[in-house]
Amino acid sequence: MVESLLSVEHVSRRFGGLLAVNAASLSAPTARITALIGPNGAGKTTLFAVISGFLKPSAGRVRYGGEDVTGEPPHRLARRGIARTFQIVQPFAGLSVRDNILVGAHLRHRARAAALAVAEEVGREVGLGDMLDRPAHTLTVAGRKRLELARALATEPKLLLLDEVLAGLNPSEIRDVVPVIRAFCARGIAVIMIEHVMQAVMSLAEHVFVLAEGRIIAEGTPAQVVADSAVVEAYLGHGAAAKVRSANVH
Amino acid sequence: MLSPLILISVVLNGLLTGAVYALVALGLTLIYGVLHIINFAHGALLSAALFAAFFAYQKLGLDPYVAAFLLAPAFFAFGYALQRFIIGPASHGDDRNMLLITLGLAVFIENALLYAFHADTRTIDLAYGFKSIDFGFTFLAVPRVISFAAVFFVALALWLIMALTDTGKAIRAVAKEKLGAELAGIDVAHIYAMTFGLGTACVAVAACLLIPTYYANPRAGNAFVLVAFTVVVLGGMGSVPGALIGGLVIGVVESLAGFYFGESLGQVGIFLIFIVVLLLRPRGLFGASA
Amino acid sequence: MKALLLIAIAVAVFAAVPLVVHSNVVLNFLVVTLMIALAGQGWNILGGYGGQYSFGHAAFFGTGAYVTAILQVEYGVNAWIGFAAGIVAGAAVGAIIGGLAFRAGLRSSYFALVTLAFAEVLRILASVAPITGAGVGLLVKLDLRAQSFQFQSRAIFYYVILALVAVSLVIAQLLERSRFGTWLIAVRENEDAAMALGVDAFAVKLGAMVLSAAVTAAAGCFYVQYFLFIDSGIAYGTWISIEALLTPIIGGVGTVFGALVGALVVKSLGEGAKLVTGDVPGLDLMIYGAVLIVVIRFAPRGLVGAFTDARERLARRFAAPRPPVREAVRG
Repeated sequence: MVESLLSVEHVSRRFGGLLAVNAASLSAPTARITALIGPNGAGKTTLFAVISGFLKPSAGRVRYGGEDVTGEPPHRLARRGIARTFQIVQPFAGLSVRDNILVGAHLRHRARAAALAVAEEVGREVGLGDMLDRPAHTLTVAGRKRLELARALATEPKLLLLDEVLAGLNPSEIRDVVPVIRAFCARGIAVIMIEHVMQAVMSLAEHVFVLAEGRIIAEGTPAQVVADSAVVEAYLGHGAAAKVRSANVH
Repeated sequence: MLSPLILISVVLNGLLTGAVYALVALGLTLIYGVLHIINFAHGALLSAALFAAFFAYQKLGLDPYVAAFLLAPAFFAFGYALQRFIIGPASHGDDRNMLLITLGLAVFIENALLYAFHADTRTIDLAYGFKSIDFGFTFLAVPRVISFAAVFFVALALWLIMALTDTGKAIRAVAKEKLGAELAGIDVAHIYAMTFGLGTACVAVAACLLIPTYYANPRAGNAFVLVAFTVVVLGGMGSVPGALIGGLVIGVVESLAGFYFGESLGQVGIFLIFIVVLLLRPRGLFGASA
Repeated sequence: MKALLLIAIAVAVFAAVPLVVHSNVVLNFLVVTLMIALAGQGWNILGGYGGQYSFGHAAFFGTGAYVTAILQVEYGVNAWIGFAAGIVAGAAVGAIIGGLAFRAGLRSSYFALVTLAFAEVLRILASVAPITGAGVGLLVKLDLRAQSFQFQSRAIFYYVILALVAVSLVIAQLLERSRFGTWLIAVRENEDAAMALGVDAFAVKLGAMVLSAAVTAAAGCFYVQYFLFIDSGIAYGTWISIEALLTPIIGGVGTVFGALVGALVVKSLGEGAKLVTGDVPGLDLMIYGAVLIVVIRFAPRGLVGAFTDARERLARRFAAPRPPVREAVRG
């Protein structure tokens, strides 16, 4: 069994009266792709915010590489090797693509020349090689997603949290990005992806966790999870599992 | 041993002053609640209104309480125009730009007043300005009692506008959810301007209430408005009850502090409250999260 | 290092001025302008590069000024040491205000408000405290010797302030090329995204605040040496908070030369207006207010920014034809 790089243990997060995440536990092994899926409003992004340090959990622990990192601020976690992308892309709009990635590269490289070299290399890797000089705000949605990836990658992470990185992309763009993500694993990076695009989840993820109303309701291989009736109900509503089964019978 | 009667008098006077602080703060909080900007020009607008009230008395012989009915709509229109034609278009939607624009307006208006009217302090002599009402245990100046009543009248009028008129409802809609309001067909630029106009009108009424006991000079508004900022931050940005209660509280605090520590240190005390609230609980007592 | 060359050329041009111009009026104007440019460059570090708009930079100007003055007047400390002490004191005040404000997570309007409040508190305290001369102010004794940082010839003051401004230009240039500067700009553009990339936003903002305060404090120290008088209204007054923010905004926030260009423009406008209508109080600031509004309305990135935009537009017009559609869609 592969060792877990990240271990989220019974994490809960409360906002006033709302329990957005309820004793959720998951783990992500090194150099593997793990998916976190669930209907809208399930609490996936909140969970990511807790893992990446933007929110403190109301209860539970987050362990990374064996160490308890619960409640550490985002920049400290980034230095440990946890990088994330945002669901709503947040480029440094006024800066060029190169300068955007440069910010990430500077985490590991103090000297500007070295950091620039890394930034250019990473930019080329994600397919933005011929756009490095363009202002970030001129990129299309797909381009901005690649930029998010590039920036995160430039920090040389060991764990990459991708928050709906495929949202808003058309099928051919998705086909272009999937191998880029798969290549991360080849470099030893663990990936957790929040995703709604099921084709990508099925083809990329080795292990899937399903979050609904703040709780983990299922986990397993993509095939197992998709067949799980609790998961079907979470997406399609109460009684849907039975309907699907009876539809299949006919 | 200080007579409790003196203390009561100090507190009551604090309440009366506080009422006017509340009115100025009301304008400020209204603008913040809807436009989400801190109107740095509020002080300069108050100075301008004080001059207007002064000249209304001096040149037109208008009693300030009567002038209020003339100046409120005039300043409403002025505020509307400022937001519609200068602040709005210049902000380019960026928070920081709006800060700078209102600052620029503040500097411009204050110094235009300085340029036109010089730095001398102007006061008016109302016939009944020095009269007091005998409440038995203390005397309270007539103008200040009138102010107190007037402020609550204005607050009530504003509440009615917000609750009952279409414009009021539109204002509340925009304050809650601008994009949604826009999609529902509300002209946001117009509503912003209406709100700014209302805030400015509050300031104009406050000036008319103040002029019998206060003075007009280019910097007069500033002193008042920094206290109003404290009220708004304490009561909560965008909260109307916060502005009213906060105004009364600060009025009393200032009165007591000034009584015990003297005026300058009293002012420093207000600022320190301001800073402490900003640092520890920026949303104040009743406001939404900063 | 094209940029450093540009700085050198600019400094050389300014340095040549006293050799050609002997009018004290003009020299005085330039000395004051350069002093404001220095104060403005300080603001620019925090506001332009860091995106944190302070409305109370007078707090640092005034602290630098008072510390310099008090050390000389009360304790007989050497003026040059006083100058250094003033800068350190200003930086310390920056650390306190910045530490408190950024620890509390204040941004944008709230940050502007709290800086305004701090400056006002200092002004009121200075207007009543005996050590600052209360309402009367402090007079530094006339002692026209180099050891006392006072000079017979105005030209020498000019060269001193020019040297200080040159240093501030180099600081800005180095900032742009450094990791700290890159992080600072990232925080300005998007604080959360920057933090996700490992930037300690609090430390970066605080560092910028301290540097910014030090530079503006230096301008305050110079003021005292040049004018030999300081009081609470001059030291901590809103006039300097406004001029320190106005010059980089007009000249171009977040650029090396913005504060200098802005100072030249703003001060020239002020003097020009006075020439036309006479020295009526309020006129210059009135113009500054109007200019601020106009600049934000029509050229929010200031003059240098507008210049860079225009240059880029021209470059694109003469550049290679647009790439084929396929490439553009790949995005």
